[in-house]
Amino acid sequence: MIVADRKKIPEIRDMIKNHRRVLLVGCGTCVTVCLAGGEREAGIIGSALRMALRLQNRGDVVVDECTIERQCEDAFIDLLAPRVSDYDAICSLGCGAGVQALAERFPKMPLYPGLNTQFMGILESQGVWTEKCSGCGNCRLGEFAGICPITRCAKRLFNGPCGGSRDGKCEVHPDLGCGWQLIYDRAVNLGILGRFERIVPPHDWSTGLDGAPRKVVREDQCIAGLCSRT
Amino acid sequence: MNDEPVILAFCCHYCAYAAADLAGSMRLQYPGNVRVLRLPCTGKLEVNFVLAAFERGVDGVIVAGCLEGGCHYLEGNLRARRRVERARQLLVEIGLEPERLEMFNLSSAEGTRFAEIATTMVERVKRLGRSPLRPDTKRTEHGIQEIGRQAEAMLAGEKR
Ligand code: SF4
Ligand code: SF4
Repeated sequence: MIVADRKKIPEIRDMIKNHRRVLLVGCGTCVTVCLAGGEREAGIIGSALRMALRLQNRGDVVVDECTIERQCEDAFIDLLAPRVSDYDAICSLGCGAGVQALAERFPKMPLYPGLNTQFMGILESQGVWTEKCSGCGNCRLGEFAGICPITRCAKRLFNGPCGGSRDGKCEVHPDLGCGWQLIYDRAVNLGILGRFERIVPPHDWSTGLDGAPRKVVREDQCIAGLCSRT
Repeated sequence: MNDEPVILAFCCHYCAYAAADLAGSMRLQYPGNVRVLRLPCTGKLEVNFVLAAFERGVDGVIVAGCLEGGCHYLEGNLRARRRVERARQLLVEIGLEPERLEMFNLSSAEGTRFAEIATTMVERVKRLGRSPLRPDTKRTEHGIQEIGRQAEAMLAGEKR
């Protein structure tokens, strides 16, 4: 899932303080699960913002909350559309995709992000999320014993480890497991260590973000014609 | 009267609420401006309840749960302590003094301790001064009742 965390209240307060009526929009999917921007968090952030604004003599700014199931899909944004005309700005508690989906849908509405979108990752333990995938568009997990060298090696090495791997830890941070140690450990368990005797050729980065925003098209699903959005 | 602080105490049914009751039966003196709100367990306390209280203008909030290790639901009070910490961080970001909120642990037999806690918080809040978010005591009292109704509904197992 997409993992995010909230911005500090003063930062959000200062983004919205010159508006009159602000709708704080939570999202019921990824950011609910990572406890950053779901219905409950929208309530907490909304209440905190109202107080913070009052303490800056901007108690006249109205902040209301609502949460939709998914901010990154028009079908769900539809449910929000009737309310939006009552406001002069939206603060989204969705991930960056959610914020931009709302911005596309409401062209005249100023849009502010209430969260910092962090990464694609997993719930490591209660309250702890860690990054696992960088969305490179050309997944190589099958070659690396199911552990992503792009995301989990701090230097994105394809032929690791580097000389900084010590006692299973990465030199970049003492708490960080060396991605390549993890790859080797799993490769031993799987009996595939031998494959690392050959040099892995450079990765094809052309499928990644460096070119331009990417698009996935499933033509059989495009019943309303090919891709209305660019 | 309007300058008297208003303090809301979220009290666990099994300990602090009983202790507050005991303080009453023991005829102990404690400040009358502490409003006691019963929760089934402090683990039921959500950060938004605390913020709702401050937003409605209370000057201080007490969260009172069982002694650590003594929670009827095993770790409700430990969770509450974390949430109180988080709410205090939010108070700082909002611009309110985090000392306005504190969690205490006590047993149902500690009527005297409850009275002490109430006195401590009232004195502390008096030092800090009235909450800048309480222009109108009546509305604050009304807000507390509203939060109380939600807590009661929760206790009765009703859907909010
Ligand atoms: S190889 Fe690419 S797609 Fe696969 S996990 Fe790593 S970043 Fe993600
Ligand atoms: S120590 Fe391991 S994870 Fe860190 S940069 Fe080197 S190979 Fe990558």
